[in-house]
Amino acid sequence: MPAFEYAPAPESRELANLKPSYRPFIDGEFTDGGGEPLKTVNPATEEVLAEVGTASEADVDTAVKAARNAFEKTWGPMPGSERAKYLFRIARLVQERSRELAVLETLDNGKPIRESRDSDLPLVAAHFFYHAGWADKLDYAGFGPDPKPLGVAGQIIPWNFPLLMLAWKIAPALATGNTVVLKPAETTPLTALVFGEICQQAGLPPGVVNILPGAGDVGARLVGHPGVDKIAFTGSTEVGKLIQRQVAGTPKRLTLELGGKAANVVFDDAPLDQAVEGIVNGIFFNQGHVCCAGSRLLAQESVVDELLDKLRYRISTLRLGDPLDKNTDIGAINSAEQLTKIRELADSGEAEGAQRWTSPCPVPDRGFFFAPTVFSGVHQSMRIAREEIFGPVLSVLTFRTPDEAVAKANNTPYGLSAGIWSEKGSRILWTANRLRAGVVWANTFNRFDPAAPFGGYQESGFGREGGRTGLEGYLDV
Amino acid sequence: MSAPTLPSALVDATRDDASLRRFLHGLPGVDQVGVEARATALATRSIKKSSKLWAIDTAISMVDLTTLEGADTHGKVRALTAKARRPDPDRPDTPQVAAVCVYPDLVATAVEGLKGTGIGIASVATAFPSGRSSRQVKLADVALAVESGATEVDMVIDRGAFLEGRYGEVFEEIQAIREASGRAHLKVILETGELVTYDNVRRASWLALLAGGDFIKTSTGKVSPAATLPVTHVMLQAVRDWFTATGELRGVKPAGGIRTTKDAIKYLVAVHEVAGEQWLTPELFRFGASSLLNDLLLQRRTQHDGHYSGPDYVAVD
Repeated sequence: MPAFEYAPAPESRELANLKPSYRPFIDGEFTDGGGEPLKTVNPATEEVLAEVGTASEADVDTAVKAARNAFEKTWGPMPGSERAKYLFRIARLVQERSRELAVLETLDNGKPIRESRDSDLPLVAAHFFYHAGWADKLDYAGFGPDPKPLGVAGQIIPWNFPLLMLAWKIAPALATGNTVVLKPAETTPLTALVFGEICQQAGLPPGVVNILPGAGDVGARLVGHPGVDKIAFTGSTEVGKLIQRQVAGTPKRLTLELGGKAANVVFDDAPLDQAVEGIVNGIFFNQGHVCCAGSRLLAQESVVDELLDKLRYRISTLRLGDPLDKNTDIGAINSAEQLTKIRELADSGEAEGAQRWTSPCPVPDRGFFFAPTVFSGVHQSMRIAREEIFGPVLSVLTFRTPDEAVAKANNTPYGLSAGIWSEKGSRILWTANRLRAGVVWANTFNRFDPAAPFGGYQESGFGREGGRTGLEGYLDV
Repeated sequence: MSAPTLPSALVDATRDDASLRRFLHGLPGVDQVGVEARATALATRSIKKSSKLWAIDTAISMVDLTTLEGADTHGKVRALTAKARRPDPDRPDTPQVAAVCVYPDLVATAVEGLKGTGIGIASVATAFPSGRSSRQVKLADVALAVESGATEVDMVIDRGAFLEGRYGEVFEEIQAIREASGRAHLKVILETGELVTYDNVRRASWLALLAGGDFIKTSTGKVSPAATLPVTHVMLQAVRDWFTATGELRGVKPAGGIRTTKDAIKYLVAVHEVAGEQWLTPELFRFGASSLLNDLLLQRRTQHDGHYSGPDYVAVD
């Protein structure tokens, strides 16, 4: 009998309407940036997708000025109910163009189409819809009557969820009456620039949203710009610290959403099969390029062997390969640089004595891929238990008692998210109360909703995005 | 029988009523949201062209072609057996179905109709579908089926006893029917629609496996909901876990409500990814269905001919 081979079901890349070049979006127009153009690469094939113009120092000035102008003349004075209309319009346009955006995101980022189509894009639209609803109700958000926007928001987003992070940043900023200058990540600028087109389609007044592709230098100029009232950054802890130093002593507001090393705690009474699903979703979703990924599995010693057997079997069924194929579960690592980093950290795990297991799945010859990997026998003192790997690598630790689970889970400089698996409600609540993490999921992992605030503790940053709490970061309260 | 090969922990589990209860309630719980989400996600796998054709042929070979009506007649059963022998007369390369499933009093007719084919003869016995009768009546029902030539017995468990927590009684009854079935394959119908919770489905699955059932089957087809994807996921996990614990392969049969090729393929994907590739055989996976076969035949023709031919091109039996 032949094996059950799924036929390739690739989504057409024509849907992405890929253009040979993309340009910065400033003051409502696409303009040639003064910076050195960069090439963006499809990480699944290593081919160049497009040339992207970047912003020079003068472009940052122009964009900030345009944002200031829009804030003072059009967007700031506009009644909330009018701003809401624009946001609703953007949300609907995102839905209408969601297939195009999903394919483009997958081409540029390497994430499976299943995720960009079923997870990223619906959430992007949901964030605009949700915040559109807030735009005319800010008086009732609990911050007193008539809370004021801050002004011009400088926003810097990472490459793991290019369009979703854009939505998390832009939607609340616009809903609260701020204007925006956003810098997408160097390796994934395309969907953000198409979002510029959507702003035009929506008839958004010029200058309300500006998008400046570029590398870290553009981000640094934006952060240091005196015309910016607020900085919102999602990315690495290292860069977050630099930004915090740069902003210190200025009147700028700052929110940081940084790295993580989340614990996924599995008690012995957990629904094991679903815990396995949650672990897989926690660490292999988006190739593990998730700041809140459940990269440390803390399993109770009495079930760890059974759990690992189930987990390895489940992981070996994951399909790795062409991200545009609808049957693909795990796509490409976003860049060669990131792949090197993952390899280096995984090797350190082996060198420090942890047992490495790698899924036997076939790996394509071309492109940046890393097969799902599980380290067992990991201890708190090892690098793979402490440092964020940002790839499909799971470290498995064990514990004996609930107290030990909490102590180990909290023994990290990070604190973005955590997971608890147990059939016992009281144990879930007891544990959740003690875990120092911005989000604690129970019997699930990596669930997002625009109404649920998201953010970190300690080196995972401060400030919240989403929900009523998320509005606070863009209001003078 | 499987009992002697069982690991001691599993043998101990069935020592008495109390150990059985402890064992079944000690099985990991099933999280409803999680299992339903997984079933939904797996159902989006895309199967096309050659893999679709392979899936259709595999599904046809797994069908237990079934008629279980009060109005069943010898004529109806003869028609069904003819269809089982040659599902698509225009296309002799079409695989035969796995078995024909009828009530015990019609087994003899089915035997005659299937002579020399190797197609299984399944019979629902044990006061099907409710199972509400005395042990003697159930055993007599099984005896009738087996003596008439049934090669497979589909029994129903006593859902009342299960829901009352009298697991020992359910266990014993399955064992007794197992014994009475002789060499016939035993499929244990859990009637998951009446067990309601996934935790119950998992416990009933283990109970049936411990008592020696060769197959665990979702439903009689007389209760709604019948087979569902998440329930089948839980049962596939049970046979996989059973295999891990004992090295024995047992089967799963969803029955009732699976009518389209699209649905059948979703089940095959679940078999492939939840239990494993080795379960993709009629020895270990069956569809209890009557109208599914025609849709499979039509889709098979569509794949071969490149166009859809319409319901008048396949037999209505």
